[in-house]
Amino acid sequence: MPKAKIKKEVCKGCGLCVVNCPKKILKLTEREINAMGYNYCQVSDPEACIGCAMCAAICPDCAIDVD
Amino acid sequence: MPVFHKTKVLTDVPMHYCPGCTHGVVHRLVAECLEELGVAGKTIGVAPVGCAVFAYNYFNLDMAEAAHGRAPAMATGIKRVRPECVVFAYQGDGDLASIGAAETVHAAARGENITVIFINNGIYGMTGGQMAPTTLIGAKATTCPYGRDPKVNGYPVRVSEMLAQLDGPSYIARVSTHNARAVLDAKKHIRRAFEKQIEGKGFALVEVLTGCPTNWAMSPVDALKYVEEQVIPYYPLGVYKDTDKEVR
Repeated sequence: MPKAKIKKEVCKGCGLCVVNCPKKILKLTEREINAMGYNYCQVSDPEACIGCAMCAAICPDCAIDVD
Repeated sequence: MPVFHKTKVLTDVPMHYCPGCTHGVVHRLVAECLEELGVAGKTIGVAPVGCAVFAYNYFNLDMAEAAHGRAPAMATGIKRVRPECVVFAYQGDGDLASIGAAETVHAAARGENITVIFINNGIYGMTGGQMAPTTLIGAKATTCPYGRDPKVNGYPVRVSEMLAQLDGPSYIARVSTHNARAVLDAKKHIRRAFEKQIEGKGFALVEVLTGCPTNWAMSPVDALKYVEEQVIPYYPLGVYKDTDKEVR
């Protein structure tokens, strides 16, 4: 099944994918930051991802690939 | 099989937009539509003045940069000289509805065969959050710090409804980006607006409601919730004009 893959260096940590994920498995990091200084998004439970690409549809920075 | 990859019509340059600004989403929708229609190689875009002023860095297309508000006038010229090209203008609300209102209305009235993507976030984003013609009644901005008062500042302009009264336009629609479903819906209308131009039907405009988390002083999630709960009731979504079929 296709899975969401997050390009953490592109993510600006806006959290729009987190609220649009139907399985609620995306989370922003609490302490770790990327090179731009943002708390980036992570897939907390990759097995639960259904590959619907809702996160990719709302991501303003194309930081999520689904394949 | 890949479900979603970044389109090749966007460059890999990181966008300068604030976190949670859905300008990036609209850039992607435009790029995907051009790619799917197979016209990316002969498309010329016109970037505005405003937050999207650097749009030419992000689209892997031939782009021109217009003076403030003059994108439809510039697109008119490009389209008349190169009628075989697909020409689109990408503008914000301060650009299109305020300083460029005359250019927009007359390009629409002439029925110029161009596509205009109109980003309505109800504020001047790049210049620091001043009131725009589309700012909602009661909404705060740096030039109306106590909220927009109709007695002083007048009423917000509904651009799509206004242009739909004209005979020139072939397609006028208002869409939103407040959640993933709305984004998928927005793409259909943007695609239709480009198809109208390719079919030679005339002026097409898609108004896209977006949030401005920075100048609204909200989190990105709250900003899009505000769009859904406060902005959409004043700016209803839908197709306002389509010369191919009856609407409303």
